[in-house]
Amino acid sequence: MPIKSPFFPRTSQLCTSMYWKEWAGYHAVSSYGTLHDVEYFAFRYSAGLLDITPLFKYKITGTDSASFLSRVMVRDISQLKIGRVTYCCWCNEDGKVVDDGTVMRRGENEFFVTSADPCFSWFSRFTRGYDVEVNDISDQIAGLAVQGPTSRDILKKFCDVDLDSLKFFSTTSAKVKDFEIYISRTGYTGDLGYELWIENENALTLWDLIMDYGKSYDLRPAGLAALDVTRVEAGLILKDVDYYNALHTLIEDRMSSPYEISLGWTVNLERDPFNGQAALKAEKQAGSNWAIVGLDIDWVEIEELYNRHGLPPEVGSTAWRDSIPIYVDSSMNKQIGYATSGTWSPILKKNIALATIEKKYDQIDSKLQIEVTVEHKRHTVTATVSKPQFYNPERKTSNPVKS
Amino acid sequence: MSKRYDSIIIGGGHNGLICAAYLAKAGRKVLVLEKRHVLGGAAVSEELYPGFTFSVASYVVSLFRPHIIRELNLAKHGYEIIPMDCSFLPLPNGDSLARWADPQRSRREIARFSQKDAETYPEFSRVMTHMGKLAKAVIDHPAPDITSMNPRELANIFRLGRTFKGLGPELLHLNTKLVTMSALDFLDLWFESDVLKAPMAVSGIIGTFQGVRSPGTAYVLLHHYMGQLDGSFRSWGFSKGGTGGVSLACASSARSYGAEIRTEAAVQQVLIKNGEARGVVLENGDEILANSIVSNLDPNRTYLKMVGESELDDEVVKEIKRYKLRGSSGKVNLALDRVPEFSCRPGDGDHIRGDVAIAPSIDYLEKAFDQAKYGEFSTRPYINAVIPSLTDPSVAPPGKHILSCFVQYAPYHIKEGAENWPKYREAFGDAVVDTMAEYIPGLKDMILYRQVLTPWDIEQTMGLTEGNIFQGELSLEQLLFQRPLAGYAKYKTSINKLWMCGSGTHPGGGIMGAGGELCAKTMLNARAI
Repeated sequence: MPIKSPFFPRTSQLCTSMYWKEWAGYHAVSSYGTLHDVEYFAFRYSAGLLDITPLFKYKITGTDSASFLSRVMVRDISQLKIGRVTYCCWCNEDGKVVDDGTVMRRGENEFFVTSADPCFSWFSRFTRGYDVEVNDISDQIAGLAVQGPTSRDILKKFCDVDLDSLKFFSTTSAKVKDFEIYISRTGYTGDLGYELWIENENALTLWDLIMDYGKSYDLRPAGLAALDVTRVEAGLILKDVDYYNALHTLIEDRMSSPYEISLGWTVNLERDPFNGQAALKAEKQAGSNWAIVGLDIDWVEIEELYNRHGLPPEVGSTAWRDSIPIYVDSSMNKQIGYATSGTWSPILKKNIALATIEKKYDQIDSKLQIEVTVEHKRHTVTATVSKPQFYNPERKTSNPVKS
Repeated sequence: MSKRYDSIIIGGGHNGLICAAYLAKAGRKVLVLEKRHVLGGAAVSEELYPGFTFSVASYVVSLFRPHIIRELNLAKHGYEIIPMDCSFLPLPNGDSLARWADPQRSRREIARFSQKDAETYPEFSRVMTHMGKLAKAVIDHPAPDITSMNPRELANIFRLGRTFKGLGPELLHLNTKLVTMSALDFLDLWFESDVLKAPMAVSGIIGTFQGVRSPGTAYVLLHHYMGQLDGSFRSWGFSKGGTGGVSLACASSARSYGAEIRTEAAVQQVLIKNGEARGVVLENGDEILANSIVSNLDPNRTYLKMVGESELDDEVVKEIKRYKLRGSSGKVNLALDRVPEFSCRPGDGDHIRGDVAIAPSIDYLEKAFDQAKYGEFSTRPYINAVIPSLTDPSVAPPGKHILSCFVQYAPYHIKEGAENWPKYREAFGDAVVDTMAEYIPGLKDMILYRQVLTPWDIEQTMGLTEGNIFQGELSLEQLLFQRPLAGYAKYKTSINKLWMCGSGTHPGGGIMGAGGELCAKTMLNARAI
């Protein structure tokens, strides 16, 4: 049975819809109201407050922590400066992705790692010979994401640090009342936002502070349904949806290399040995089989299909995560991939999806066909290939200009 | 004399800007001339009080055509709409009705007044969605000319006829009722509760000098039901940063295609030679020539001010003078130092994050109209209020709010004559604040700033003749192939090479963009430019 996050006393009061789901063994709010869209608009126009406690969290310490993490991760973590964060993935020996997450360097010899799957056992397999200690602090540390254009203004109200100069993918410690929190300017919405990490016992106090100060900034608690729309817009992939943990799949077809899931940019190949290096070098040389791309699904064609049935076009109210076939052409004879998640994007006014397709078809702006079911009948409509990142507002990475 | 343009657009309202964007996108050299220092016409945002950005006139968006967003890439240029989740009706007896996007929640609310109405409500929505689809076939194309034997026109009429026929007999009959009945009679076909009917009926009177019992108002009801946001019909939303945000997105798109836009460039007159528009004369005396002129102004102003009676046939002058404008509404914009809470349902919950209607009963609305009939503003008016700052924090400082009140009736022709409106402006503002304060205790102490716009003010600032927010009433005789004039519809005027693209053309008012789009497409199709 799922357990309760430290924020449960508050979230359970606010979740009047009773729409919950299970997330990594925790009860997690899907949407507080029966419709999630107000929560989505909070992320994009004011601020949303999301409980991210279910993420797995590890504290890595010891004089060899940097070299150890560099050995495990596809990225050269030894290059990461103190106070900075990096996003990357980690692979098995065959260069297939096990999980993805963020790595924050808190000190010369101290790191904080988040992941989607439990990774204590995986990390521990590579500690031999290193002066390093891996601590699973998942259940001791609570997490809160404050995401959206007014998030910075809200946090500034009660944090004693200069958030105006905190850069994207940087971290800082802050004193709040009589306790300390750790803030990273990161998130899963593709917007201006912060993730706050805090000892469980102070979690509720922090929640109350944010809700209180957030009132003037139109902050509202938001659930995973709203988050899912924002993360598809931002082109951020999700484990078990857009790819699978190589350790948990039964067949090789379900395993992916970083290059195949749009994370090639996180790989630092030319350096000391790391997990999967040889396989990734070979793949880099030979080329990958698959690629994750963005798809812009033609709305006019969808409208026409619905119109044929005498219906107005329907937009699913939430993001979807079914596997939808992608074809070369409308004959539906040759399938070259599958969409894994998608949504109507209210801010872009587009019907978008993330898809895994054969690498040779991944040219930007090329036209493919995606299956659409209207009135129980299958059709296809045109889908234009794009980068996975559809939405990337300037405020996400910018800092206020000092006058 | 300076460089020559393919087209000059008089007026930088959203339609003018959209028209400019389409023409520029087709490679034409376009110049937009706006009288004011801000773009947008009636879809305009202005910081009237430090930190508060008001949607000065038009305040919500729904009818904007989705294909225009796509074709002009407006999402990229900053077109952002935040949907409204609720329509709230506070009642004087301390009760209230909130209609939500969540159908079950609405059903339970309505059932407190009538269980039958609550269950009929989705049926009504279904029918209006059907009608809305029909409306789409009407508003997304120039209105076909029923007098023409031109094959293209006949094809258009046939296309429209087929769409109508597709409705089936039951809905066709209903459609006939819809265009002839009063809003109230039409709603009576479905509902019994006054509490539900009153806030629904007001959609039939917005912007018209009619009461909810006046025949023909059911059509205006439909006009407000045709809205579409993201594929869902009937939804309304706030434009981020106020409705001026829509206009600025259109302007940014137009500029990206090469259109030139000048503000504080008031046009005095259209230059006419041998019955043909050749250019414009600015108020500062400058003459600018162009191969075609497009007016975003209302028909009255276009014909009588920009062209002038001397250039027009007597018949046209007579017709245009008969064209019904008679503005009937005003606007009161308030900056507040805190959240306005309604005594019948306190708190800053989602019920006040949509629109709030002061329309407690049908009789209340009809009495409000009675006063207007005899040249007075309603002392207890119908008000449609919104607090956009609750969902869009960019329009007000933290913790502070905007309460924007659309007010009807405020007849342009008051007893003493429209020019005497300034004498009654503050009294009108007081009537609105007094009315709102009956529902929001302490409202008067929250007000940091107040702007009162009477129809006379709307005429003076925005240039909308008689303050009519739709550039002419949406009454049946002024619609479709007769908008604005029979014989001079389809964006043409009686002057060669002078076109019109504002709400005074088919399909009419609201932030819809269709006039601007269809005008440009008509010009391009006719190779008139």
